[in-house]
Amino acid sequence: MLIRSSDTGFDHAATSEITPRTVFESRRTLLQQMALGAAGLSLSSWAARDARAQMRGPGVLPALAAVPSNVPGAQTMDKPTAYKDATGYNNFYEFGTDKSDPARHAHTLKTTPWTVEVEGLVKKPGRYALEDLMKWGAMEERIYRLRCVEGWSMVIPWVGYSLADLIKRVEPLGHAKFVEFVTLADEKTMPGVRGGALDWPYVEGLRLDEAMHPLTLLAFGMYGEVLPRQNGAPLRLVVPWKYGFKSAKSLVKIRFVDKQPTSSWTKAAQQEYGFYSNVNPNVDHPRWSQATERRIGEDGLLAKKRKTLMFNGYEPQVGQLYAGMDLKKNY
Amino acid sequence: MRGWLRTRTAWWACLALGLLPLAWLLWRTLADQLGANPAETLIRATGDWTLRGLCLTLAITPVRVLLGVPELLRFRRLLGLLTFGYACLHLLCYTGFDMGFEWPDIVHDIPKRPFVLVGTLAFALLLPLAATSWNGAIRRLGPQRWQALHRSVYAIAVLAVLHFWWMRAGKHNFGEPTIYGAITAILLSWRLYRRWRYP
Repeated sequence: MLIRSSDTGFDHAATSEITPRTVFESRRTLLQQMALGAAGLSLSSWAARDARAQMRGPGVLPALAAVPSNVPGAQTMDKPTAYKDATGYNNFYEFGTDKSDPARHAHTLKTTPWTVEVEGLVKKPGRYALEDLMKWGAMEERIYRLRCVEGWSMVIPWVGYSLADLIKRVEPLGHAKFVEFVTLADEKTMPGVRGGALDWPYVEGLRLDEAMHPLTLLAFGMYGEVLPRQNGAPLRLVVPWKYGFKSAKSLVKIRFVDKQPTSSWTKAAQQEYGFYSNVNPNVDHPRWSQATERRIGEDGLLAKKRKTLMFNGYEPQVGQLYAGMDLKKNY
Repeated sequence: MRGWLRTRTAWWACLALGLLPLAWLLWRTLADQLGANPAETLIRATGDWTLRGLCLTLAITPVRVLLGVPELLRFRRLLGLLTFGYACLHLLCYTGFDMGFEWPDIVHDIPKRPFVLVGTLAFALLLPLAATSWNGAIRRLGPQRWQALHRSVYAIAVLAVLHFWWMRAGKHNFGEPTIYGAITAILLSWRLYRRWRYP
């Protein structure tokens, strides 16, 4: 009987088919949960493939908004290193020479107020507050490889803007050829500065054209948040095609000069750490090979180390800066 | 206490204690608790335990004499072999996890890093000691020659401390090497003193 009327009575559903009242009343929540579950499933497979999966910090530090950079080379597809590793395995000798020292000791670093002194051969020298510096360029997210001179590497999503934006604003004079970076050396808050591992303060330098290269980053954050102290808060340099020690942390002074600055590591061991310190698999450190590297968090115990790339893989972007130079001599 | 030191239980307890660091490392490896650079953690931990083992082995005789506990002698071979075991693991972690068993790379690496050369030398010197650690070897070599051979452990200890000191020299980080150096110096100079005082 296909057509039913009240005359033929009402077919009752079997009790097993009746939706319990509580479930009926929470059907919206159920639908939401199902949708989330499906999204979660697709997300998890997406996360495994997508480089952006590990791009956010745990949300302890303030967020720092940025747009993805479109500077060529600034969006490597390598998988970003886990935040825990990037913030727990650091070289920041001002807080100790063990790689777990910075995460343990850097909490004493006082990052507010913070000023950076711009001096030397510029039209607009001065002492600039961090808040102002943060407005001098549009914040971009850049995913860079980081190769430590010790033979390990990471992939870090930085937040900042091209150092060139700052340089253009302070207007270097015609005879400025190099930029020197001086970082904080505060005996009270930095236990390593009381020890004699290096001559403090830490000094680094770049040729002006290297400093002006769009890939040279003035970083204020990483993983979508402001820089953790152990990673060089509140602002640092990031030069992705050079060994990590060139990327000076916690900057307090940017000086424009006409002579090549002597960086701290060159001062400590000239034959081991040259001014350029470009990542170069063909030029060994006097005490170890630079041909390979271990990617932290990815190259497991049994994995072979990966081959180090010329200029850390940024050769298409920066190779021309060194055209005609003997890189064995200018290490 | 001295009676207990003579028991088999004491020997097994010493072995179990000596294997604890290994168990702890294995657990951390399996549980992925070795930190950002597992290979480095394993190399350093096994190196640390080799040095500690050397110091403990070298401490047996002074402690035995100074405290008058001859029973301690039973544990010297065990400690020595445990030390050798950690040295083997240390070498294995370096050649395997750090260098991926790339022998040309390893041969290239040894002269580049003098501290690796020193460590390799110390290990090479450990081999004959481990090989002659059984009773039959003592009999065959004769006690005098056996003892003369096993005195090379003094050189091994010095090389091991130098290896560690040199490895840390790159960062001017001499805190720990100084501690191991001081302990080794005390243990060795006590022997020199005895030789001079009671020829």
